[in-house]
Amino acid sequence: MQLTNRSVQVVNKKMTFMERIYLPAIFKGMATTLRHFFMRPATVRYPEVKREFAPVYRGWHVLKRDEQGRENCTACGLCAVACPAEAITMVAEERQKGEEHLYREEKYAATYEINMLRCIFCGLCEEACPKEAIFLTDRIVPADYARNGFIFGKDMLVEGTTPDKRVDVSVRQKHVQEKKWAAEGVKS
Amino acid sequence: MPKVKIDGFEIEVPDGTTILQAARMIGGDIVPPAMCYYSSLKGSGSKCRTCMVKVTKGSDKDPRPMPKLVTSCQTMVMDGMEVANTSSEEVLKARAGVVEFLLLNHPLDCPICDQAGECHLQDLAYEHGASGTRYEFERRTFEKIDIGPYIKLHMTRCILCYRCVYVANQLTENRVHGILNRGDHAEISTFIEKAIDNEFSGNMIDVCPVGALTDRTFRFKSRVWFLNPMDAHRDCPTCSGNAVVWMYGNEIFRVTGRKDQYGEVHEFICNTCRFEKKAVSDWHIEGPRNIDRHSVIAQGHYGQKALTVR
Repeated sequence: MQLTNRSVQVVNKKMTFMERIYLPAIFKGMATTLRHFFMRPATVRYPEVKREFAPVYRGWHVLKRDEQGRENCTACGLCAVACPAEAITMVAEERQKGEEHLYREEKYAATYEINMLRCIFCGLCEEACPKEAIFLTDRIVPADYARNGFIFGKDMLVEGTTPDKRVDVSVRQKHVQEKKWAAEGVKS
Repeated sequence: MPKVKIDGFEIEVPDGTTILQAARMIGGDIVPPAMCYYSSLKGSGSKCRTCMVKVTKGSDKDPRPMPKLVTSCQTMVMDGMEVANTSSEEVLKARAGVVEFLLLNHPLDCPICDQAGECHLQDLAYEHGASGTRYEFERRTFEKIDIGPYIKLHMTRCILCYRCVYVANQLTENRVHGILNRGDHAEISTFIEKAIDNEFSGNMIDVCPVGALTDRTFRFKSRVWFLNPMDAHRDCPTCSGNAVVWMYGNEIFRVTGRKDQYGEVHEFICNTCRFEKKAVSDWHIEGPRNIDRHSVIAQGHYGQKALTVR
């Protein structure tokens, strides 16, 4: 009885002389190996050489600051609620008098953590963000030996204040905006 | 017993029932939204104009339609009355206009506001409003005031529904806050910076449809959709002690009254229950509160009862 149509009958066929000396098969294999010496390698020598990314690549998140260097994030929790992997947690705090140069709104995220092991880099957090605070960038999340190292706090996420430490997200920003408009049915 | 037809649904109601109450008896999508009407507060209603409906047939005796849209929270039903709510284009257009007016001076600070997620104005604007505003002038702004040790007043967010005034009038003996000035200048204020320290003052927070009156003990602690609302009660000498505790893990972040599906509290709770009893040992927790599954508050609540599939 045949259970599937993929079953094959086993044959114990005698090998011919050419097959028995194995040499033709070895040379054939060697020729394949040799051919690959002259082919373009499929890999690049990271990190000396880096591949070109798509302009809208989704990697390591950044928490943006505005032009005056104040944090955009107000800890509204919309990114965390949108996150399908539940990777984002945050604790909010009220801005005190004298901290106006640090935070844009009266509430800010005292802690903001993304578990990079949970994150699936889908980009829903940046779509949910009403304050243009979180963006995914083309930076790769580095490897680590311990799990603790993948819980990125504000020190790993918030961009620096000096111009050289700023992270350019203009392409990503445009892409997200177009996606939002498309969802609302607005023509860009 | 007058018979009334709302959006094609007929119901027989007792004398003296308003259109809104009759619609709530039918239930479902035909219930007009209400921002200022509060069934347990006498005199509330007819301020916000969101519950306006079209009466297409006055009654059996006088079948002429009413000339203008009427507020359903104030208009009594008549025998044979026919009402159009969502089925009337005119009503929807008027309601969109009302929402636009309510949002004229309302700041768009939902990401900061503690009411976000359970705000009636959010729901209303989402369902009935336009996504943009035509207002070109500067919005009026106010400083935030601490009225008493427990309540924060954001006058900028207020829509002047008067509910907090009625609750103070009808629940407590002397009210120390009210609405000053008129028209565009109207604002809620206490009498010359007087603090509100009544034992039932916390109910102002529950009746506020927007985030104008918020709990200072919960201020920026968490977002409502990260918390698990649980029905709980305790033996309280001043109030019924029936409340909802909003938990995160094993911690109680805040306590509110039990709101029904229209956001109304029927058993007002005292300030001791609301602000001071935040240990799990203070409460007898009955179980998870039934939250509408379309609400953002219901997201991520894995512990809830599974739906039975028929």
